[in-house]
Amino acid sequence: MARTSERAVIVGAGLAALRGAEAMRAAGFSGPLAVIGAEPHYPYDRPPLSKHVLAGAIPADATTLPGIHGLDADWHLGNPAIGLDRGRRAVLLADGRDLPYDRLLIATGTRARPWPNPHEGRLAGVFTLRGRDDAAALRRALAAGPRRVLVIGGGFIGCEVASLCRKLGLPVTLVEPGPTPLARVLGSTVGAFIGAIHAGHGVEIRCGAEVEWLEDAEGRLVRAHLVDGSRIDADVAVIALGAVRNTEWLDGSGLSADPGGVDCDASGHVHDTDGQTDPRIAAAGDVARFSHPLYEGRRVALEHWSHAAAQAVHAGRLLAGTPPGEPYGALPTFWSTQGDLVVKSAGLTEGADAVAITQGDPAAGRFIALYGRAGRCIAALSVDSARWLPAHAEMVAAGAPFPPHGAAADRPKAIKILEPGFS
Amino acid sequence: MPDASLLGQVKDFANRANPYPVYAKLRETPVSRQDDGTGDGTWVAATHDTIARLLQDPRVSSDTQPPADRPRTGNPLTDLIVKPLKDWMMDRHRVFIFRDPPDHDALRAAVMHQFSRERVQAMRARSDRLVADLLDAKSGAREIDAVDDLAYPLPVTVICELFGVPREDEPKFHGWATQLATALEPDSLSDTEIRAKNSRTFDAIGGYMADLIKDKRKHPRDDMLSGLANHATPEGAKMGDYDLVATSILMLVAGHETTVNLITNGLLTLLRHPDELERLRQDPLRAPRVIEELMRYEPPVQFRTRRTLSAIDIAGVTIPKAADLVLLLASGNRDAAVFPDPDRFDPDRTGTRHLGFGGSLHYCVGAPLARFEAEAALTALAARLKAPRLIEDPPPYRPGAALRGPEHLRVAIDGIA
Repeated sequence: MARTSERAVIVGAGLAALRGAEAMRAAGFSGPLAVIGAEPHYPYDRPPLSKHVLAGAIPADATTLPGIHGLDADWHLGNPAIGLDRGRRAVLLADGRDLPYDRLLIATGTRARPWPNPHEGRLAGVFTLRGRDDAAALRRALAAGPRRVLVIGGGFIGCEVASLCRKLGLPVTLVEPGPTPLARVLGSTVGAFIGAIHAGHGVEIRCGAEVEWLEDAEGRLVRAHLVDGSRIDADVAVIALGAVRNTEWLDGSGLSADPGGVDCDASGHVHDTDGQTDPRIAAAGDVARFSHPLYEGRRVALEHWSHAAAQAVHAGRLLAGTPPGEPYGALPTFWSTQGDLVVKSAGLTEGADAVAITQGDPAAGRFIALYGRAGRCIAALSVDSARWLPAHAEMVAAGAPFPPHGAAADRPKAIKILEPGFS
Repeated sequence: MPDASLLGQVKDFANRANPYPVYAKLRETPVSRQDDGTGDGTWVAATHDTIARLLQDPRVSSDTQPPADRPRTGNPLTDLIVKPLKDWMMDRHRVFIFRDPPDHDALRAAVMHQFSRERVQAMRARSDRLVADLLDAKSGAREIDAVDDLAYPLPVTVICELFGVPREDEPKFHGWATQLATALEPDSLSDTEIRAKNSRTFDAIGGYMADLIKDKRKHPRDDMLSGLANHATPEGAKMGDYDLVATSILMLVAGHETTVNLITNGLLTLLRHPDELERLRQDPLRAPRVIEELMRYEPPVQFRTRRTLSAIDIAGVTIPKAADLVLLLASGNRDAAVFPDPDRFDPDRTGTRHLGFGGSLHYCVGAPLARFEAEAALTALAARLKAPRLIEDPPPYRPGAALRGPEHLRVAIDGIA
């Protein structure tokens, strides 16, 4: 690609922003490139925050991603974008400046969903976990040896934090309104298997329970009151209620965006509320909602590390003027380290009408769960048996028949088909 | 149609010194059905990608061994009662390279627990000492046989000491190990004579090990066999006696039949690339790179066999259920899609995705041991052999196609420093 005076702006400074910027440069984009970050940090890696950083194995600031300084970019860090004016082709920054663009990548990601009561959410001892500073603060609190940690929400972050607390020898209670941990994403059948493993390591799990309010003494958390009237004494609470997509800054821009993400077409360009594509703008990562070709075009916004990296490369090439040719549609994958347990998955469980344990044994703490929908494999999950996942991922990508037939290592003679337990 | 005679050419002893051109032809079809003298044929995976995928495919089983069938003796009591019982026990307690999860995992975990870092590290210093002694013993010689003088005695002594097998009993193992290693050669499975010999050998070595285990229970020492016999793993598992016998046989055979080839192939390759030998002599810290490249370029285990539990679609073919499978590790290591200019020996390659130690759940348990034994041997040979020259190139090879290496490696020298 020839030298250009066109200006590129990337809003967001996480993994997707960095991979998008790298992909633009690799595809030959030579114009000025600005990266805008709400946090004062260069792009860093989030997965270690809830694992190695909380465990104290590495400091939070050791997570900075490599490759930043070879990028030839202008960094606007700690200065969030607050608006987008597509008429003037400018991004509005919090400090009042405008940044003009000819090509724009939206990669603003998500933030932790806050505790609904803002006063309680600000109490000393109450944490969310999304950014590097969150992780550093929570690590300090855990290292101080709290009497009990309360984890509110039994999703992946909740399970990671709770199981890690056990590894640190801390008493921990996990409160989850659903029937089991992880029920929303994995269903209550598999959720119960994983919950039992954590319970076996001493995580006190309270399912079907909800925290109503947090009590403090002189601004410091002392206990939580549950809807059923019971109380849990705790001096640290981790609010793990999922994430909210950072799309507010797009209000008034005319783009099709809401708290569920910003909409992209099959090429990766965003579209406006009239359904018209804006060829100057693409989106990638947690904030991008797109039709997934492997799932009958269902519109999804995925919060996975590998997805953020891969979709940003796709978007970066698109914005650099060398479109990849086919729509983005990598098989969604993620992993979660929960204490010593390694959970990995391929595919999307949403809509599953059946699940089967195809290898291993949940009671032994190692198994593969395969999810089916209308007789096809749609997702696979490995618990401490990741070596078997690639073969299952191939079945998911190919939409192989469900349940699988034929024998395999450590497979029960007759595969039992279970109700997945999605509410 | 791919040439179905290529696997036969791999087994053909005439190609032992250089099987790589045959592997290159096999790679033209990533997975091909090869004639093996049976109507079913054997499926051979020859590219890096297909081997790596099949190594971690749950439909691929390591349980390749046909049921035990000891030869009949003519004594009705033995043939009707003792033989079936012994055969049944043998099938239930196979060595874990021929077993699948979950049993495999428990046995392997127990071994890994005893293969502790401290224990392995202690053998590292010991290896340097052993190498020095073995070379000192040849001082004044004008010719050495790298196999008999170093590459065989080193790993054998290491595994015996690590396991706690008295060194004076080692000569017994020499023949036993050579015989049992044939179980890794594909044709041995269908050859009733070899199988009969193997079961006799297994019984003989098994009797020896059972006695030794009894002794380790009475007089525990700080060795792996004492550890396995007397202690549970952190998960609380403890091996039963039959598994303990089988596992210790596996470890001893593996210690006898693999590292010897790594060291010998290493010296042979370095003598064929004198510039690399000289670089290693000047910079012993290059050894780890040299050894990783050797594991790619001339791996001691050229291929492993597997069996399919279900039909598998891969690389445009369907491998049927219950098919014999050969994963041609040494061919995957020469795949240009992963290793540019694959037939060049180049220790400066980056990225070590070689398949020399296998992969996935059966990845070589002894890899750390093999690495530093080879390091001790090759750095000492590079440093101490004066003007080494190959006397025969290629050297004479041992029979095995799977466990492949020279029978002898005669090297003329001006002396040992």
